[in-house]
Amino acid sequence: MKPNKNINLLHDLYLKELRKEKQIVRIYQFLIFLVFFSGWEIASQKHWIDPLIFSSPSKIWGLLIDKIGDGTLFTNLYVTLFETVLGFIIGTLLGTILAAMLWWSSRLSNILDPYLVVLNAMPKVALGPILIVALGPGYFSIIAMGAIISIIITTIVVYTSFKEVDQNYLKVLQTFGANRKQCFKEVVLPASFPTIISTLKVNVGLSWVGVIVGEFLVSAKGLGYLIIYGFQVFNFTLVLLSLLIIAVFATIMYHAVELLERKLIKTVK
Amino acid sequence: MSFLSIEKVSHTYFTKDSATTAIENISLTVQDGEFVSLLGPSGCGKTTLLSIIAGLITPTEGSVTIENKQIDRARSYIGYMLQQDYLFPWKTIEENVLVGLKITNHINEQTKKNALHLLDKIGLKGVEKSYPSQLSGGMRQRAALVRTLATNPKILLLDEPFSALDYQTKLKLEDLVSHTLKDYKKTAILVTHDIGEAIAMSDRILLLSANPGRIAKEFQVPDELKRDTPFNARQHHKYSDLFQKIWKELDQLETKQEH
Repeated sequence: MKPNKNINLLHDLYLKELRKEKQIVRIYQFLIFLVFFSGWEIASQKHWIDPLIFSSPSKIWGLLIDKIGDGTLFTNLYVTLFETVLGFIIGTLLGTILAAMLWWSSRLSNILDPYLVVLNAMPKVALGPILIVALGPGYFSIIAMGAIISIIITTIVVYTSFKEVDQNYLKVLQTFGANRKQCFKEVVLPASFPTIISTLKVNVGLSWVGVIVGEFLVSAKGLGYLIIYGFQVFNFTLVLLSLLIIAVFATIMYHAVELLERKLIKTVK
Repeated sequence: MSFLSIEKVSHTYFTKDSATTAIENISLTVQDGEFVSLLGPSGCGKTTLLSIIAGLITPTEGSVTIENKQIDRARSYIGYMLQQDYLFPWKTIEENVLVGLKITNHINEQTKKNALHLLDKIGLKGVEKSYPSQLSGGMRQRAALVRTLATNPKILLLDEPFSALDYQTKLKLEDLVSHTLKDYKKTAILVTHDIGEAIAMSDRILLLSANPGRIAKEFQVPDELKRDTPFNARQHHKYSDLFQKIWKELDQLETKQEH
């Protein structure tokens, strides 16, 4: 009986240790946040940094309240979010479909190989002007920017993972006489879910880049537009406010992908 | 009339810079309900031969027939078990066991019930909803056996199915597999490099030589050993006799290779 008691006690101690470590990490995280923003505020008030360029947290907060009040924040935020989410979904979906086609036909993959390399190496943002001319200066070209920036890299990464599925899993199905479609659905795709999810995480960031650059170039609405507008009228409080909002929503999207990950990949104990 | 017949099968693998003949001129017949082992050193093309029988590889020469049907028409007669369990980690044990029925489009209430009953009989009751990662190696290999048997194949191809297990689990599984196959009157071909396993489990042993793989010698397992379970067969004095005989033969094959 006695050793049992001891083990329970030790386990409690171990758990306490874990909790303590977590608390310490949280405290430091909060401290960094606090030091950064209060330092920023003080430096701006004392004119250590130029408040016209670097603004200050209190001014940004004031502007946030104003913008929420007159509703312009939400219309702009809504537009950018819509474009980003759509660009992200289209980019990932098309990339995965393209990867599936390459897996299906190794001849197609051999034929397209040099083109994929070229397209991947090219900075997609440079396509912006052409997209705007082709699709018109509006939602379409911005969404296309958000999608195009992630398609090729998704294709390459997901196709590699399709190819690297353990051949013995396929052998199991082939001994039952499975055709290529069944092999894809039952083995290749589910085995690649972890890779697809990690490309999703990368694509969240990429789609924001595509959409913000797209908005720089054309739009009259959206957070990217607010940044460019703030820059032109030298209102850097507006620029920084938009930046902070982008950071918050990009993080939210990232967490949404993590949630999806936990739902899709159930095997983890 | 033989159940499975392999006639003058040869197979060569082609790559960019070589053509390697894995097996050459192999002919063999297997009777209905017989358990045959293919024994040989690595590189003797055991797995190649098994893949050809399973219809996964088309041989460069020769033909394989089951009940006088060409192999591509007899796919559903075959069950294949690999060196490791290769249960799909993203499927539950139940989904894993039923995957063969799903692929062959034979899934219905009755076949599903049979498969789950088999799972029960083999000692895996209550793990249907678990994932493979939650099971031990022996349990996983048993689940793989159920997956193979679920489609009700007439012949089982076993590709060193016990080689990845620890010794104790291996002995237990040998008994279980041998017993299950006899119960369901299945024909089986076992590929192995373990002399003891071949003697304990099979009715007939074919010795293969390497580079390229050919049938070098055939051994009949004495009736006393056939009747016993693999575990008990290992204790029999005739087991040691046969072991010595096969050992010498394998040794000679190797020295012949070196010259």
